[in-house]
Amino acid sequence: MSAHANTLDHDDHGHHHKETFVTKYIFSQDHKMIAKQYLITGTIMGVIGVIMSLMIRMQIAWPEEPNVIFEALLGKWAPNGVMDADIYLALVTIHGTIMVFFVLTAGLSGTFSNLLIPLQIGARDMASGFLNMLSYWMFFLSSVIMVISLFVEAGPAAAGWTIYPPLSALPMAQGGSGMGMTLWLVSMAIFIASSLLGSLNYIVTVINLRTKGMSMTRLPLTIWAFLVTAIIGVVSFPVLLSAALLLIMDRTFGTSFFLSDIFIQGEVLHYQGGSPVLFEHLFWFLGHPEVYIVILPAMGLVSEIIATNSRKPIFGYRAMVAAILAIAFLSTIVWGHHMFVSGMNPFLGSVFTFTTLLIAIPSAIKAFNWITTIWKGNLQFNPAMLFSLGLVSTFITGGLTGIILGDSALDINVHDTYFVVAHFHLVMGISALYGMFAGIYHWFPKMFKRMLNKNLGYIHFWITAICAYGVFFPMHFIGMAGLPRRYYTNSNFPLFDDLQNVNVIITIFAVIGGIAQLVFLWNFFYSIFYGKKTVQNPWRSNTLEWTAPIEHIHGNWDGEIPHVYRWAYDYSKPGHEDDFVPQNIPLKEGEEELQH
Amino acid sequence: MTALLTIIVLVFITVAIWQMVKIFDLANANIENSQVANDKDNRVNGYLMLGFLAFIYIITIVCFVKWGDLPLMSNSASAHGPEIDNLMIISMALIFFVQIVTQFLLHYFAFKYKGEKGRKALFYADNDKLEAIWTIIPVITLAGLIIYGLFTWSDIMFVDEDEDTIVIELYAQQFNWKARYAGEDNVLGKANVRLINLDNANILGVDESDTYAQDDIITTELHLPVGRPILFKMRSQDVLHSAYMPHFRAQMNCVPGMITQFGFTPTVTTADMRQTPEIIAKVENINKIRSEKSKTLIAKGEDALEPYEFDYLLLCNKICGKSHYNMQMKIIVESQEDYDAWISEQKLFKNSLVQN
Repeated sequence: MSAHANTLDHDDHGHHHKETFVTKYIFSQDHKMIAKQYLITGTIMGVIGVIMSLMIRMQIAWPEEPNVIFEALLGKWAPNGVMDADIYLALVTIHGTIMVFFVLTAGLSGTFSNLLIPLQIGARDMASGFLNMLSYWMFFLSSVIMVISLFVEAGPAAAGWTIYPPLSALPMAQGGSGMGMTLWLVSMAIFIASSLLGSLNYIVTVINLRTKGMSMTRLPLTIWAFLVTAIIGVVSFPVLLSAALLLIMDRTFGTSFFLSDIFIQGEVLHYQGGSPVLFEHLFWFLGHPEVYIVILPAMGLVSEIIATNSRKPIFGYRAMVAAILAIAFLSTIVWGHHMFVSGMNPFLGSVFTFTTLLIAIPSAIKAFNWITTIWKGNLQFNPAMLFSLGLVSTFITGGLTGIILGDSALDINVHDTYFVVAHFHLVMGISALYGMFAGIYHWFPKMFKRMLNKNLGYIHFWITAICAYGVFFPMHFIGMAGLPRRYYTNSNFPLFDDLQNVNVIITIFAVIGGIAQLVFLWNFFYSIFYGKKTVQNPWRSNTLEWTAPIEHIHGNWDGEIPHVYRWAYDYSKPGHEDDFVPQNIPLKEGEEELQH
Repeated sequence: MTALLTIIVLVFITVAIWQMVKIFDLANANIENSQVANDKDNRVNGYLMLGFLAFIYIITIVCFVKWGDLPLMSNSASAHGPEIDNLMIISMALIFFVQIVTQFLLHYFAFKYKGEKGRKALFYADNDKLEAIWTIIPVITLAGLIIYGLFTWSDIMFVDEDEDTIVIELYAQQFNWKARYAGEDNVLGKANVRLINLDNANILGVDESDTYAQDDIITTELHLPVGRPILFKMRSQDVLHSAYMPHFRAQMNCVPGMITQFGFTPTVTTADMRQTPEIIAKVENINKIRSEKSKTLIAKGEDALEPYEFDYLLLCNKICGKSHYNMQMKIIVESQEDYDAWISEQKLFKNSLVQN
């Protein structure tokens, strides 16, 4: 470890060799620039995803009515402003794909793993700057392909973000399963490669490049979360890649991995012996860990921000690490709870119910430890802190309904209803998004040398918080009333007529919440250029990134890398003047280090 | 026009907010670190935290009062339905309790410990006993829920087929349902989509040479005798579908290339269900909504909506393509006599084929 750090010491002085515009801003190998690239790309994809969600909501609330927005944005797919049924399913599909993978995986994990891993462990850069650059550009390429797929003649992929075959495999089953699905699969294959390159880099960096004194038990929880997330990614993403490749084989080369006995549009197809259930297994073997790939980094960021802004150590550091590891392990053996009614053996359903409900235990530990962290703190309500507390709130609300969905017997009646939509949007959608916002508000000064405007931050948070509950809380109830998800309109079922007013209320909250994000976008782009200049350590934080100079330099620190003498959470420690003691401050004489 | 007005109003609101923020900023312009929360921010946001707690409680109460007793949550129409509903109610009560308490602690602590200059937080990093408590309590609670859930699940999913059981095939295709009754012999004839022959109207691919198939009956409406165990065998000819019968707490995917199954015993006839006070109230409410809507439709010169009458339904609940939103079949639960009378009127498979 130290040998490695030394060699880096010698060749780090980036200001010796000249940087051009291209090597600095485009094909940069500096982790701080790559983090910003991820963030900006993720934000743009996020805007697309959110606009889609608003169109989905407006369609559900006012299904028959012509809508100028549809006409303007969807063109031929909304003749006279009335949305086409196929494009509705496409919107649902692409919204899910973009939000889960491009925003909350690449945008969140890519941004903050890249920014924080080297800075918080005291490294000059990632283990491989080149792989890191490659990872970003593959992500960029896959984003471009995904966006291009929206403009395909027969429509973009529309089989749901889970792309279950045969629907996704047969162009005659659905227009979007032609070129649209091909591009979707290609885009995702490149995305997975990008994600794997990133993950391997994160793991190697955390294990090998920690500065002197940075033992594993002194790592900030952010780094623990990024490390474990990367490990889950390396374990599960290849399985999705194999599923995608086999699906490409079925679609293009006539193999029968997932298809059998199909009669469609008047003819029998040749497929024999495959099983769509196999695809479901492969998909969810990634699909479920994926939600933890999304939420764990958010949890890591939030743990750090809550401790800093409570001016208190994170409560139960060891338990928090153990909970992350337990969640990671369990996340790989629960995928079957998405398949209770898929036709798999009911005995398997029992096993998956058991493993699934176990996840509630580490989750509960995390929630209680956060609450105890703020107890008797001196809370500084910076916007980042508000979003962090928001995450704890939505994670509890959304997580609790997981106890119902994870129970196979109860899942029978709420499977694929709006109850599920409400559950996962709260527990991993909104929660992870809050984590991402919290991270942006907190580390914006580190990234852009300027501060975000706090008052706009407060407005952004409170409107978003109210709208998030306003959208997803009532949604549980229409789900319990049996309303299936992914219906283009409910007007063919008079049975559900009494739920229409709920849908209208939800949509109004969604539109207000969506518009509130403009406040953030304005604040974000305005502050990059005109925000107030930051001081070196604005939040009076302990972690190493705040010991680095404000001005970005290749290699992160002038001179020697700081050494670490304590854990990251010595806030308000008795015997110290200040209410924070950065990790690079040696122990005072007679001072005891907490044993972890 | 309304759209234009809305946009103008929104623009004004945005400008107003922006101006207010500017004023706040100007007041702090000379202070270093002006974008870090000060005591005033902490105070304001601390109170907002309390307000937000109230908001969460209010929205919870409103949802439960207004939509919490939707008939689908209580009136199950199958033998196993009450089991699921009981488990659901217990789980909901537990969730409700935990939600109320934890949200209170979170938001109340946020309010109570809002930052003040000069105050020092408590240095409190660990307490093994406390953490053991909130590990063990969830373990015990979940153990109870898991065991209860698994027993319920096994009861529902592992169906014993006895002589009394009626075997019915549910056949899914884009975008409609068919039912195939096993007939007199109560054995379904063999079938495969490769045997579909549209020329002689063998639309489900039933093996025409199979002796068990001769008395099968194919229908587009699902009739079930009350009190008899039913075993559904599901098939799909094209893509995944899901047979969702919410009133019976029943759901199973239909998978091309394999046969899946789900069994239940209907306990309430359609006629009886229509007479229950909950359904009467629900239907009345829906018809009020529909007649309101009809008024606007008639004003536009379109046809009025038909009044709603309660029926059990089979819905498709797995995304299956363009008309997924309208893939349904009516289910009628009736007395054994009515069922017998109905089924004797249906054409047997061997008689339904078109001879060329």
